[in-house]
Amino acid sequence: MCSPCRRIERRAGFALAALLALAAVGCERERREYASKGPPTTPPGAVRVGTLQPGTPLPTPSEPRGRHFEGNAYHVNQGQQLYKWFNCTGCHANGGGAIGPALMDAQWRYGGSIEQIHASIMQGRPNGMPSFAGKIPDDQVWQIAAYVRTMSGNAPKYVAGGGRQGMAVAPPLSRVPRLKPKTTESSQ
Amino acid sequence: MTHHVLAPAADQAEAIATVWQGLFWPNLVIYLAMLAALAWALWRRRPAADEAPGLRAKHTHHWGLALLGWTVFIAATLTAYTALSFVQDRRLLAREPDALRVRVTGEQWWWQVEYPDSDPSRQVTTANELHLPVGRMARIELQSDNVIHSLWIPALNGKQDLIPGRRTEMAVTPRATGHYRGECAEFCGLQHAHMVLPVTVESPAAFAAWLDAQRAQAAPPASPSATRGKQVFESGPCALCHAISGTDAGSHAGPDLTHLASRPTLGAGALPNDRAHLLAWLADPQAHKPGTNMPDPKLSPAQLTDVVAYLEGLR
Repeated sequence: MCSPCRRIERRAGFALAALLALAAVGCERERREYASKGPPTTPPGAVRVGTLQPGTPLPTPSEPRGRHFEGNAYHVNQGQQLYKWFNCTGCHANGGGAIGPALMDAQWRYGGSIEQIHASIMQGRPNGMPSFAGKIPDDQVWQIAAYVRTMSGNAPKYVAGGGRQGMAVAPPLSRVPRLKPKTTESSQ
Repeated sequence: MTHHVLAPAADQAEAIATVWQGLFWPNLVIYLAMLAALAWALWRRRPAADEAPGLRAKHTHHWGLALLGWTVFIAATLTAYTALSFVQDRRLLAREPDALRVRVTGEQWWWQVEYPDSDPSRQVTTANELHLPVGRMARIELQSDNVIHSLWIPALNGKQDLIPGRRTEMAVTPRATGHYRGECAEFCGLQHAHMVLPVTVESPAAFAAWLDAQRAQAAPPASPSATRGKQVFESGPCALCHAISGTDAGSHAGPDLTHLASRPTLGAGALPNDRAHLLAWLADPQAHKPGTNMPDPKLSPAQLTDVVAYLEGLR
């Protein structure tokens, strides 16, 4: 076979592979996963909520479960519904904060990664945040955490919806600008 | 369960059935007559060109009269249909001052049923079951806070949409006791098909007794297992969405379970309500109603048995 033919063939192969990969990502975004089949969860306590520690700061281990829930539009949407049902609005309003801190800004006392938000919901935090471990099933906590991430534009853009549930004056989730999470001590 | 438009069990459904019958049978006769006329027109012999010209003229004269008669017939029939529809519509829209008030809310994917009362302690909230007394008009107020649903109880009345932000209404005057079936008739999401509202029409005395039983607080747990089940229910994930009156569980994101064991179905018609199905439902709701907002509560086998023992006692 001539070499240009082989080159064209190889390029066509790459293009096809890229297209398939793109299609696969698209499916993942839309897939409605009713019963949890995501990666197994790590034992609680592995999540670090800050960088203030002696010696070399240890990074928060990233959990595959977090990325799994954050990258799926169905989970984010369910999280939006649960956020209302479980009365997160009672303290955090619709993300702007009230007697609880705002969730749509860049400031995170206990970390703004999905693993850290999940840990905050499960473990509770001082000055009012109750622990929901044993109350909200783990999958639903991940869904809520994924929705909370979209409030500051930190979930992947392709999962955030073009609207919001119910009446809202805020822009659609897909148009929220990304605010890079800062923990309180790292911003000082 | 009767589930048929042409087997009416209420005044309103009867009005609809009357219009249906009143249009169907005359139209059937007219349709058959038209087909016969068409067949005759195709079959009859056209007069040949060489026949006497007077024959054609005679035919034309006859047709003029026939067309006039046909026009009059059409006008008379349509007038009769309009009159029939008008008279029956008045029956559909009639309201009685002493009607029973019922409020039905469409949820995803189940029905919340309330019997409002001026005394709040006598108000009844239940789910996925509608009880009505025979012979008394019920005004069913319909509302939704999520998407558009539509309530259809074919044996009692036609469809009526439940529209977010609006209050719609349906009147029903049942005339025969029995069990009927209501459905959601407007596609409303994943589990639209499992959104059934079983309707029980009973004698006024039986209805009053049922309402009184519904007003009572939940039955206290009767066995040690049920007591443990109540603790799991109140302290675990169940209480985040469900309410059982007289206990610490008071959330209204999911159906009220105060008298769960007295209801005919689980999961709004997804499963029959008995011990085995309740166990199966709690062990894995998504297997029986994929997409339902009821999550897998992840209870241990012992907790599952205890919770089922408790829920079984909620008569």
